[in-house]
Amino acid sequence: MHTHTPSTPYFVTTQTRASQITMMLAVALIAVLIILPFFAGRVLIQDMFFILTMLVLAQFWNLLAGYGGMVSIGQQAFVGMGAYAMFGGVILAGIDPIPAILLGGLASLIVAVPTAFFAFRLQGPYFAIGTWVIAEVMRLVMAQVKALGGGTGTSLPRSATREMWATEWIAELFDVRNSAARDILTYWLALALAVATIIAIYALLRSKPGLALSAVRDNPEAAKSVGVDAGRMKWFVFLTSAFGTGLAGALIYVQKARISPDAAFSVTDWTAYVLFIVIIGGIGTIEGPIIGVIIFFLLQSLLADYGSWYLFTLGIIGIVVMLFAPRGLWGLITEKTGIQLFPIRRRLSGGPLDTSKY
Amino acid sequence: MIWVDTLTQGILLGGLYALFAAGLSLVFGIMRLVNLAHGDFIVMAAYLILLLVTLLGLSPFLAAAIAAPLMYGVGWGLQKHLLNRTLGNDILPPLLVTFGLSIALQNALLEAFSADSQRLPTGAISTASIDMGGLTLGVLPLLTFGSAVAVIVGLNQLFYRTELGRAFRATSDDATTASLMGIRPSNIFAKATAIAMLVVTLAALYLGMRSNFDPSIGPARLIYAFQAVIIGGLGSLWGTLVGGIIIGLAQTVGAAINPEWQILAGHVAFLIVLMLRPRGLFPRAVD
Amino acid sequence: MSLLNTQRLTAHYGDFQALFGVDIALNQGETIAIIGANGAGKTTLMRSLSGVLKNDPDMITLEGRRIGGMSADEVLPLGLAMVPEGRCLFPSLSVEENLLIGAYGRKVEGYWSLATIYDLFPILAERRNNPGTALSGGQQQMVAIGRALMSNPKVLLCDEISLGLAPVVIKDIYAAVPKIQESGASLIVVEQDIGQAMKVADRVYCMMEGQVTLEGTPDNLSRDDIHAAYFGVSA
Repeated sequence: MHTHTPSTPYFVTTQTRASQITMMLAVALIAVLIILPFFAGRVLIQDMFFILTMLVLAQFWNLLAGYGGMVSIGQQAFVGMGAYAMFGGVILAGIDPIPAILLGGLASLIVAVPTAFFAFRLQGPYFAIGTWVIAEVMRLVMAQVKALGGGTGTSLPRSATREMWATEWIAELFDVRNSAARDILTYWLALALAVATIIAIYALLRSKPGLALSAVRDNPEAAKSVGVDAGRMKWFVFLTSAFGTGLAGALIYVQKARISPDAAFSVTDWTAYVLFIVIIGGIGTIEGPIIGVIIFFLLQSLLADYGSWYLFTLGIIGIVVMLFAPRGLWGLITEKTGIQLFPIRRRLSGGPLDTSKY
Repeated sequence: MIWVDTLTQGILLGGLYALFAAGLSLVFGIMRLVNLAHGDFIVMAAYLILLLVTLLGLSPFLAAAIAAPLMYGVGWGLQKHLLNRTLGNDILPPLLVTFGLSIALQNALLEAFSADSQRLPTGAISTASIDMGGLTLGVLPLLTFGSAVAVIVGLNQLFYRTELGRAFRATSDDATTASLMGIRPSNIFAKATAIAMLVVTLAALYLGMRSNFDPSIGPARLIYAFQAVIIGGLGSLWGTLVGGIIIGLAQTVGAAINPEWQILAGHVAFLIVLMLRPRGLFPRAVD
Repeated sequence: MSLLNTQRLTAHYGDFQALFGVDIALNQGETIAIIGANGAGKTTLMRSLSGVLKNDPDMITLEGRRIGGMSADEVLPLGLAMVPEGRCLFPSLSVEENLLIGAYGRKVEGYWSLATIYDLFPILAERRNNPGTALSGGQQQMVAIGRALMSNPKVLLCDEISLGLAPVVIKDIYAAVPKIQESGASLIVVEQDIGQAMKVADRVYCMMEGQVTLEGTPDNLSRDDIHAAYFGVSA
């Protein structure tokens, strides 16, 4: 502790030493991940694709529920709409699958508007089920669209997947078959999407609107009294989350290349797993979903052969974590060590009252 | 005449949905808790009845009478030892814990009973019908509807005519002051969930006698129940019956036009009501 | 041994300590008043006694029984009822139901019943089917007192029962106190109105900053003593 004279200047910082080290490590990690396809096998690339896309979904659900206070169990609506819009662009309009991913994000953003209109009329737990109902409506409607395979679904045309942007170049570069090249391409896109998602959410949370968001979550009345427009923040977060989830959904289905309404709008695959990742990692933090997705992947590798016992175990683990460590593993880690890799809180240091000891 | 028949079927189906919903409505009214595993508990109760029917050779009605106190105990323990710990200002813990419970329960049932569809043996009652002025009404749908009305009358009596009902309302108003009256809120909540499980057992009996069931159908029952509660208006048990009837009607009419539209029509009816009357048809004056 | 005792009672709200070793005693048949400024710890003391706040078991004894660690629903059946600050009627319950719930789950032997409470406050009999919260402030206070009496408590805690009421209404409310005393209950009355407290109490405790700063009978306490104990300045 220093002693301060009243003239000591103040500093407002959000950086911590841990966050600076994190930055450097993150840059190094991203560099390694970019060159990963040069020395990794196809299975690892596919696993990494799964981890990264689940991470994106988890970050956006966390933004919605952990920061925005909107507990949705209907995120599969945006995965499914994103995927179907991508399929529609490819099959009906002949667009290349890669640019059609953007179409997926856009479609989810558009359907999010009426979704929010209905869901925002419901409070708390009923909001959660309301989003689920709307996702069900979308599943049932897409099952009626015969041009995209109706209830049984359809596949991306072979011509579209074979001639997809950049796959030929990748196939030559790595000397692999077209299908493996597609995996590498989608992996890179997933990596880019995951990094962009984390940077964008971190930037949002550190910005003034982001702080307003925390204020709204913690106390909507008080936030209103200091001039925070809670309604606008809710819309902004809901639509952002839908857009990102739609992009991820479209990307996932470029890689899968086969779609059906039951799979694309699956509450287990796109919401239950995502909830599990965020809860076990730590809700309301950026670090939480990152840890959560790794644990989720390990559990799945270990237990997936046990079928329904695996899902049973996930459910029970989720309950236990929620009861005994509601801030998840990352919460336990910060409690013990005080480390913050993505600090959001602004700390005042210097000045006559040094608050940094808190 | 075929339309009159369709509409009647729809109204009677609404009775089943009201039975799905009554327990949800009761628990929400007392402790602002929505159990996302509600539908899975209905399915669990249906399997419990099936088990008693198969093992002991009982009729489904008798089996349900034995299952009811067991489910009462399940509800009491569930609330007392698990859900009470999640209650508070934060809506996340109850939602996420009951969602985890829903997943765990579905998969436990899947492991125990496989994914095969089951049905409760009903004997003559499933085909019996009454002729009413040219309308042929199935005895089972009529019995379901009558049970739904009886449950709602019974719950209203319990709520407004008994000491336990007073304690329910008082605890719902202000749990701290209720404890000054010698009421233990955690026990009151446990009793409420236990009573909801009695209704769940009755719902399971009719679900299992009227249609096939398998471990995966719980979430859809939760959704129908939820729609009935929201359409009726939170906290109104009679509203819940009306909500159930509206969903039942929409589904039956939708199915009559195109069988693939049955479920979708119910959802659309729900969204229309939500758009026109966001607080439901019979909202409680004080919330 | 007194009916109700506290021994070096401390209470906390999280990290904030509200009571610092409070010792009070209530004897059988006695009425004591607790006075003090806002924030002195009077309501915290009431919440501790009634079990709304849990304390160390040894810190509070009722008829020699250690009740400090009990919750409110455990304390009530032992004969200690509270009229909470702000009345706290149940809005979903009618006047009569509010009274009935005071005797929840028990058959209580004793003087107080619906009939005797309607005798005490006849206006409540007229309004028995109204929602409790539709009544005037004074009538709501009567319901709150009647509701606490329904359990026929040995000790009745009254927290700020005159707060926010007109003087004429306060007089009506306090007119009931002698009848409550006659029924055998011992009373602890928390009051900001010192004059009112002096009139009903056998003994007075004055609190400041979570401690008892003065104790005595209304006769032997001077205005200056009270002033000093109340505001922490010597006159």
